[in-house]
Amino acid sequence: MHENIFDHYEKKDKSSLIPLLQEVQSIYGYLPEEALSEISEFVGLPLSRVYGVATFYNQFRLTPLGKNVIRICRGTACHVKNSANILYSLEHELGILAGQTTRDKLFTIETVACIGACSIAPVININEEYYGRVTTKEIPKIIKKYRTEAEKSANTEKAAEGVK
Amino acid sequence: MVELTINNIKVKAEEGMTILDAAKSVGISIPTLCHIKDLIPSGACRICSVEVTGQRGLIPACAYPIYEGMNVETNSPRVRVARKTIVELLIENHPQDCLICVRNGNCELQDLSEKYSIREHRFKGEHKDHAVDISSASLERDPAKCILCGRCVRVCGEVQKVGAIDFINRGFTSIVSTPYNKGLNVSDCILCGQCILVCPTASLREKSTLKTVSDALNSRKKYTIAQIAPAVRATLGEEYNLPLGTDVTGKLVTGLKRLGFKRVFDTNFAADLTIMEEAHELIKRITNGETLPMFTSCCPGWVKFLEQNYGDLIGHLSTCKSPHEMEGALLKSYFAKKMGIDPHDVFVVSIMPCTVKKYESARPELNVENLSEVDAVLTTRELVRFFNIAGIEFGDLGESEFDNPLGESTGAAAIFGTSGGVMEAALRTAYYKLTNEHLADIDFEAVRGLDGIKETSLNINNIDINIAVVNGIGNAAPILDELREGKSKYHFVEVMACPGGCINGGGQPIHQKTDKVIKRMKALYEIDKKMVLRRSYENESIKKLYDEFLGEPGGHVSHELLHTHYVDRRKVRKVVVKK
Amino acid sequence: MKSFLEIKFNGELHSPENPKEDFIARCTNAKLNAGQESEVVLLNKKLKYEVNEVPIIFIGMDTSALASGAGKVKAAFEKELEAKNLEAVIVPTGGIGFGTLEPFVDIKLPNQDRIIYSQVNEKDVPKLVESVLINKEVYAKKAFATYGKGSDTIPNINDIPFFKPQIRVVLENCGIINPESIDEYIASGGFKALDKALRLMSPEEVVNEIVKSGLRGRGGGGFPTGKKWELALKQNADTKYLVCNADEGDPGAFMDRSVLESDPFKLVEGMMIGAYAIGASYGYIYCRAEYPLAIERLQKTIQQCKQYGLLGKNILNSGFNFELKIKKGAGAFVCGEETALLASIEGKRGMPKPRPPYPSVSGLWGKPTVINNVETFANISSIVNKGAEWFASIGTETSKGTKVFALSGKITNSGLVEVPMGITLEEVVFNIGGGIPDNKKFKAVQIGGPSGGCLPESVIKTQVDYESLKGVGAMMGSGGFVVMDEETCMVDIAKFFLTFIQTESCGKCVPCREGTKRMLEIIERIPTSYKGTKNKVDELQRFKGIIYLNRLSNVIRDTSLCGLGQSAPNPVLSGLQYFKEEYEEHLYERKCRAGVCKDLLTYSIDNTLCSGCGVCVRKCATEAILGEKGQAHYIIQDKCIKCGMCFEACRFDAVAVN
Repeated sequence: MHENIFDHYEKKDKSSLIPLLQEVQSIYGYLPEEALSEISEFVGLPLSRVYGVATFYNQFRLTPLGKNVIRICRGTACHVKNSANILYSLEHELGILAGQTTRDKLFTIETVACIGACSIAPVININEEYYGRVTTKEIPKIIKKYRTEAEKSANTEKAAEGVK
Repeated sequence: MVELTINNIKVKAEEGMTILDAAKSVGISIPTLCHIKDLIPSGACRICSVEVTGQRGLIPACAYPIYEGMNVETNSPRVRVARKTIVELLIENHPQDCLICVRNGNCELQDLSEKYSIREHRFKGEHKDHAVDISSASLERDPAKCILCGRCVRVCGEVQKVGAIDFINRGFTSIVSTPYNKGLNVSDCILCGQCILVCPTASLREKSTLKTVSDALNSRKKYTIAQIAPAVRATLGEEYNLPLGTDVTGKLVTGLKRLGFKRVFDTNFAADLTIMEEAHELIKRITNGETLPMFTSCCPGWVKFLEQNYGDLIGHLSTCKSPHEMEGALLKSYFAKKMGIDPHDVFVVSIMPCTVKKYESARPELNVENLSEVDAVLTTRELVRFFNIAGIEFGDLGESEFDNPLGESTGAAAIFGTSGGVMEAALRTAYYKLTNEHLADIDFEAVRGLDGIKETSLNINNIDINIAVVNGIGNAAPILDELREGKSKYHFVEVMACPGGCINGGGQPIHQKTDKVIKRMKALYEIDKKMVLRRSYENESIKKLYDEFLGEPGGHVSHELLHTHYVDRRKVRKVVVKK
Repeated sequence: MKSFLEIKFNGELHSPENPKEDFIARCTNAKLNAGQESEVVLLNKKLKYEVNEVPIIFIGMDTSALASGAGKVKAAFEKELEAKNLEAVIVPTGGIGFGTLEPFVDIKLPNQDRIIYSQVNEKDVPKLVESVLINKEVYAKKAFATYGKGSDTIPNINDIPFFKPQIRVVLENCGIINPESIDEYIASGGFKALDKALRLMSPEEVVNEIVKSGLRGRGGGGFPTGKKWELALKQNADTKYLVCNADEGDPGAFMDRSVLESDPFKLVEGMMIGAYAIGASYGYIYCRAEYPLAIERLQKTIQQCKQYGLLGKNILNSGFNFELKIKKGAGAFVCGEETALLASIEGKRGMPKPRPPYPSVSGLWGKPTVINNVETFANISSIVNKGAEWFASIGTETSKGTKVFALSGKITNSGLVEVPMGITLEEVVFNIGGGIPDNKKFKAVQIGGPSGGCLPESVIKTQVDYESLKGVGAMMGSGGFVVMDEETCMVDIAKFFLTFIQTESCGKCVPCREGTKRMLEIIERIPTSYKGTKNKVDELQRFKGIIYLNRLSNVIRDTSLCGLGQSAPNPVLSGLQYFKEEYEEHLYERKCRAGVCKDLLTYSIDNTLCSGCGVCVRKCATEAILGEKGQAHYIIQDKCIKCGMCFEACRFDAVAVN
């Protein structure tokens, strides 16, 4: 199982920096500090370069994400259809700002430039699920759905532990 | 040749030249900020924008090649407004604290503000605010003052190939920083200070020890001693508008005495001593078949680099301490004893061209009976500030001689301040030690100059001694990698972290004058040439020192006082990236 | 069903190891295959869905359709077919572009026309199955159009106003064929252009054809594609690269994604021809990581092309080698800029470099590199097939061919449209787009994304071509086409785009990094209330900023390093040009006529309508609403941050805004 991801890459190939970061992030959900050092050594670039690249691109994050990632589209089409208000009510509902994660690690709000589903603007995307033509009124309901799901799975986990 | 018109002046220039250079050739200056000569233009600051007929926007003179029939305007109203606006934008996101800034009066942004008559804050708004990084022993990093020209990043990454700092984040939030914005002390930085030399503002600066020194001078208990590095005497004059490469040794001694130092010695003395020890070590290594090649150890930036990146190779470093540490060690033992002073009261200040020396002086390995050998290091720039505070008119000072016995030196010591100098000095002595003959032609042209790697070999007693001189830490990696692979043919390798050697050290005067390195180098070789004694073993004081105190090179006392050891400081990295 | 690889041509199989130069020709031209004619003809007919034995259900499955629930529809069909024990094939296709009416399901019964059903959700599936598959009747409720002969009830697709004015070159296969099947692509005429180029044309001839066609880059700047190729062809280098920019970053644009998801082979074919023309043997597709489906389809496409010997060594026995790799972008709008994109492929921060040297001379790793965007490459095969004259006959004097736009915003029919250059904005908005919904008034169309401009009704007769759009202060851009109505505030839009540019600026050059920030600050100060302006200095700054806005804009445009910065002031400048009144209203009267700028709004509760339910109190983040339960509430204006949550929450319409 413990297949080293470096096996697929050539050592000292500087152009594999971004793919490596992407792969590491897909495993951990973020870029751990030790992983950056290791990548830096593998591709033969100073850590500062690796860190510079990691902080340049929107995709990379240096802190862990919440369980549910809410991506709100801030593209033009969504903007003219009031996605700013959707964002506001999301922030209000969860008590965090865009880019942050709730304390219970359940939700992260991210803004994205354009999801590309302009026809059903405004759009939010939670994990892989799309919500098109959303209104601020629906936000609490949507959030609640994920909250109860999380509670349920937490309960079943607890129950499973209890059985053990 | 290409013919073009700049400001209605017909210009003939070589093909491939940039507008900037072509304009310069006819006496038209175009301001630059991000430009570094000899590096690929980055085109970041846009201050060099000029108008070219037929082009939609303004174009950067530093990056744009000339072509036949080009018509350039460097001073049109459109260009002036653009440049002024750019300066205004930079100033608006810069702390407005020129009056209390270390670079007040020597700041490129300030100069531009003056040049373009900025008289109001046209675009007010948010400006960046960052904590100053004071973690390292040598440098301070103040991202709030950074105008993101990227010169430090390029010097650190492309010239020195250290890459301790880079741009992080993006857009308005971007700053130049270390990974995770941590302190320089835990970064890959070797503290060489080359970044300071190219920083247009005070975003990068040395950590000043002026206060410590001034306190010591004011203390009745302290017996303050100054020592001056070889390279300082060839550069300090620049701060007083003397021509590049003026030797100001005599004035320096007078000035330091006026500041209140009880004794002013010459680090060159210790440089001669270093040569005696180092040559002995080299001969020992060669004849006993010990670890070769031997690396010079007088550049603490280089030592730090090796410890951090090639910790497995520290056995190759000469165990000799660097000259000013040797001098300090002697001052706190030999000299103190001789003068009947408690070594605890001796306060040694090194006047150095270097920022890493500050870090070096704090290394715990470098001590005499748990006393640090050097108590404070002042850079050339700090000393000038000290002179100014003290009201010393440097230009009007008379000349004085160094104190003795630790003040006498030979020409071999003088050239320590330039790349190749240590090597040359060492060879002069090693030759004698091995053959008992004086080397006739002692000018080793092959190791002089500005090439990145300089090689030569010298036949001594039918052994070809292969030597290399690495000029600038950025050129060290190939030689080190070769060594790791077991393919090194060298016996002796000199490495200086700063390109050109100490004369271009991180503590030297800041200005972007061309040819500064060459001219300063020349000054040191002149000093050497004028000397009667040009070989370290001819130094009478050194002979006396060995007779009276040290015994012989590499002997017991030398070993205790003049030699040190190194630490493998490579980061231990856990394997975490698994699937 | 057999694949073309399994058909023996003159007793021999084509394979990457044993390439046949006339493989493509023989796939579609039965006459070349003695003794196999009928088999090849039938295979082609089947692949083109001209004949089928069992019903075929086509479901549009691009991201846009999936977001509208196409995945659930597919699952419902599978379930329903199994439950009813019916035999039918489900074919996932790309999207036909009519976003508003998605998901689309086409059903083709044997020997009948392919009928398109729109807005099919999973609940419709049982009825649809019963009506069409069991009763063999058209399900009129959801029937949208037919690919066959139209009737009064079900028009032919091309008679529908949304499609009628369109000319589909780039999008010709989108939504029609299965994007994951190379055989279908070949059967519908795919790789014919590659075949033609490799066998009958020299690289110079291909380049000349593109030059003659007048094709210009579809990514924004509109640089002539042929010229770019010519320059790269002239370079002597051991290695050359061809890069496809699929890092579509414009907010409100999804043209490229649609091609990538609905017809990836067309892109790859275009790239192959390009590579052959300039002499490149390596290619990269730089695709946004945010387009996982597109990347997946591209991977499958490359995989199949390799299997068919269309990528790799000695392609179709022509001696031409080409390898294609996908590079996932990591999310930086500035990587749409050529030099930044190359830096990103090299593993660096995506920061642009000064040009010259142009990438065609010194690009990726210092080698000659041609970069075109997806839509540009997708045009190539048609040009090679039908000739430069045909292509040049579409469009205007300086802008040839078609352009794909992503129509969105306050418009009835949103989606992807491909129109000939020279069509007027009016036609796109009102004929294809069907005008503004809810009886609102048209205000502006934003074209060209963050680099473009907002065009008002007064210039709506402007032709869509590079020069005309530039003339009125917008630009072609990559094809975002966002329609705005009276409820859109132009100051807010300027702020929106500047915020976007500001966060996407790479931070390298001063005018873009610092200048756009100051511009944004100036714009942000406009819609502030007296209360919001903290002191006299701020108040002065509010006007001073406006005075210097033009100067700042000009300097940013003049001196920025790359296109992102150079065009950053466009949204503001076009706003000031066409909507000056609205800006002045914000500035002097502190009024936002669209009711968008929060700081200028006041919320109040109509005490005759308020039931005192307290919903608004719970929603209010700043405790600005007071009132006893059951009694009319009121808002403390000093505390109100104008978030509008109470307005949204109120079930009695008691909260008023003005």
